[in-house]
Amino acid sequence: MAKRIVIDPVTRIEGHAKISIFMDDAGNVADAEFHVVEFRGFEKFCEGRPYTEMPGITQRICGICPVSHTLASARAGDAIMAVNIPPAADKLRRLMNLGQFVQSHALSFFHLSAPDFLLGWDTPPAQRNVFGIIAANADLARAGIRLRQFGQEIIEWLGGKKVHPAWAVPGGVRSNLSAEGRAKIKAWLPEAYATTNVALELFKKTLKTHGREVQIFGNFPSLFMGLVQPDGTWEHHGGKLRFTDSSGSIIADQVDVANYKDYIGEAVQNTSYLKSPYYLPLGFPEGIYRVGPLARLNVCEQMGVPKADEELKKFKKLGRGAVTSSFLYHYARLIEILAALEYIERYLDDPELSSDYLCADAGINSLHGVGASEAPRGTLFHDYTVDRNGLLQKVNLIVATGQNNLAMNQTVAQIARYYVRGNDIPEAMLNRVEHGIRCYDPCLSCSTHAVGQMPLQVQLIAPDGRVLSEVARS
Amino acid sequence: MAAKTLTIDGKQITAEEGETILQAATEAGIKIPTLCHLEGVYDIGACRLCLVEVKGTPKLLPACTLKVAEGMEVATDTERLRKYRRMTLELLFAERNHVCAVCVANGHCELQTLAYSQGMDHVRYEYTFPKWNVDNTHRLFGMDHNRCILCTRCVRVCWHIEGAGTKNVSGRGGKSKIITDLNQPWGASESCTECGKCVMACPTGALFQKGSTVGESERDRDKLEYIVNAREKKQWNA
Repeated sequence: MAKRIVIDPVTRIEGHAKISIFMDDAGNVADAEFHVVEFRGFEKFCEGRPYTEMPGITQRICGICPVSHTLASARAGDAIMAVNIPPAADKLRRLMNLGQFVQSHALSFFHLSAPDFLLGWDTPPAQRNVFGIIAANADLARAGIRLRQFGQEIIEWLGGKKVHPAWAVPGGVRSNLSAEGRAKIKAWLPEAYATTNVALELFKKTLKTHGREVQIFGNFPSLFMGLVQPDGTWEHHGGKLRFTDSSGSIIADQVDVANYKDYIGEAVQNTSYLKSPYYLPLGFPEGIYRVGPLARLNVCEQMGVPKADEELKKFKKLGRGAVTSSFLYHYARLIEILAALEYIERYLDDPELSSDYLCADAGINSLHGVGASEAPRGTLFHDYTVDRNGLLQKVNLIVATGQNNLAMNQTVAQIARYYVRGNDIPEAMLNRVEHGIRCYDPCLSCSTHAVGQMPLQVQLIAPDGRVLSEVARS
Repeated sequence: MAAKTLTIDGKQITAEEGETILQAATEAGIKIPTLCHLEGVYDIGACRLCLVEVKGTPKLLPACTLKVAEGMEVATDTERLRKYRRMTLELLFAERNHVCAVCVANGHCELQTLAYSQGMDHVRYEYTFPKWNVDNTHRLFGMDHNRCILCTRCVRVCWHIEGAGTKNVSGRGGKSKIITDLNQPWGASESCTECGKCVMACPTGALFQKGSTVGESERDRDKLEYIVNAREKKQWNA
C-alpha cells in the first residue's frame, strides 16, 4: 500500500525539522522531503532598524554560528558605507571566523555526527550521543570538547564573549587581539593540532569500513559553490564566488558576491519554511548545488597552507572530478579545521593584530549592500537595502542550509530508497536517514532565520495524502 | 531657612525647608531608586520609581517632588514599595519594545540596571508590541521610540539647560511621543542646536549617537549637572 513515512523531529542537528518519506503502491520509496518547521521572520522584523544594529540583531539567528552572521552583516554594512575597512580589522574578522570554523566543525564532528559511525548505526539511541562517546572513549570525547572550546575561546578573546559578541561593526571591528589572547592561542595550538590529527586518522579508518555509506549517503551529481581567492585558493571571508560541476569543471568564477542574484534563484515550497536556492542559469530544480565544507574543497584548487594541502590531495582522490558523496562532508570538515589552525598560527606573528586603527568612518554612500562570508555550513549572504537615513527597507538572507535544501532532499530519498521497505520502520533506519541530514550539519535556526534538540518522527503517507502510520522517537 | 527634623527609614535626619525627600535621603546616605529624576533639571514625579511611604498618608508619594516637613516619618524600602516598583518596571517594559541584547545602551541603561537591582526577573503583563519608528533623520543623532519610557529628561534638558525648546511631548498616555519642534523629522528641526544634551540625558537607548552599535552608548550625565551648577553659582564669572 502506498504511504508516507515522516521522521519528526530530526535529532542531533541545529533546530527543528521533520522528514517525510512517500511510498508508492508497491511499498517502495517514491520520494522524500526534508521540512523545516520553524518560522523566524528575521527578514521582516529587521525592516525599519538602522543598518548599524544588524550585526547585533542578525547574530541572534543562531547560537552556533553567530559569528558568521555578524561578519556577513558587518560586510553588508561596509558595502553600504562603501568603505575599505582597515587591514587590521579584516585580519581580525578573519581570525574570528577561523575560530568559528574550528568550534562549529568540532561540534558537528564530535558531538553530533561521530556517535553514529564511531559507536555504530544500530547502537541504542540512548547511548548514541556525545555521552556514549564519553563512555566509549573518554579521552577522545574530552579532546573533541576541548577543540570546540579552543575555537570558542578565540571568539571570546577577540569579541569579549563566546556567543553573540558585539564586536564586528559596519566599517571594522571594536577591539584588537590582546597580547594575553595571542599568548593563550599560541599555547593551545599544539593540542588543537593533535586532536585534529587524531580525528582525521579516525575518520580515514572509518572510511575503510563505510564504503556503503559513501555510496548511498547523498552521492549524486550536483553543482558546488564556495568563495575562492583570485588564484582559486580556499577562502572563508571575502573573496569571490566560484561554481563547479560534478566533473570538477568551473562553470562560473570570480563572481562578485554583490551580483549573486544573477546566479542564484530562490524557490519557495509550500511544505517547508526553508527556501530552496538554485543555480539560476540551470533553473529549478536542475540548478541544485551544494555549499559548505565539501563544496569549498571541491571548488578550491589548494588550501594555501601546507598540512591541509596534503590532506586536500588525498581528499580530491576520492572523486572523479568532484567529490560527490555527502558522507565526505565529515572528512572535508576535518580538513577545514586543520587549515583553520594553520591560518590561525600564521596570524599569531602578525603585529597588525595589535593595531588600534580598527574602524573606517563613513556615512551612507550606497543604498544597497551585500555581504557574504563562508559560514561553517556554507556561503552566507546578507543583502540590505536602506533609505538615506540608514534604516532598512528590505532584508534578504541566504543561508548555507537553505542552499543545501535540494541536496538534503535527494540525500534523504537516496538513503530511504536503500533502507526502507514495506511497512516496517526499524529505528536504526530512521537514524541512517537522519544522518543523511547530519552530513550537511544543517542549521535550521539559521535557515529559517531557531535551536534545540530534535527528536524524530516518521510518517507513512499514502498517495492520497492519508497518514497511514507514524513512528515517533521520544 | 528653617531646618526640619524627620525620620527616613528610622534614621533621624535634619533637612532644610524646601528640600525634597529625595534630596534629604541622598544627603543622609539613603538610596531611593529613581528614573525620571536627573540632577540639574527640575523634577516631575513621572516615573513613580521613587515612591515612598509616609506615616499617616495612605497614598504612596514620589520622593523627588515631596517636600520635607517637621516630624515626617518616611519609609523608602518596604515590601509594599518593592512590589510596586517591580510592577512599575514591568509596565515600562511591556509598554514598548525593549530588547536589551541588541540595544545600543545595553550595559549602560538605567532601566536595565533598575530591573536588575529591583529583582524584576520577568514581566507578568502582556507585551503590547506597539509599532514605533526610528527617527534617523538627524545628522548626528537618532531617536528610537521603541526604547522611550517617556521620562521627558530630554525635553527638560532641551528647554531648561540648552534653552532651545526643540523637544516636546505629543499625544496622551501610552501613545505619548517625544517630538521635535512641531512633530517634524528631527533632521528638519530648525530649533535644534545639535548640542547632544538630550542624548546625554536619556536613561535608555532611545536617544543615541548615530552609528552606535550594541552597548556602545555610554553617557556622561555629570556634565549636565556641571553646566547647571556653573551657571547658577556663576562659577564662570568669577
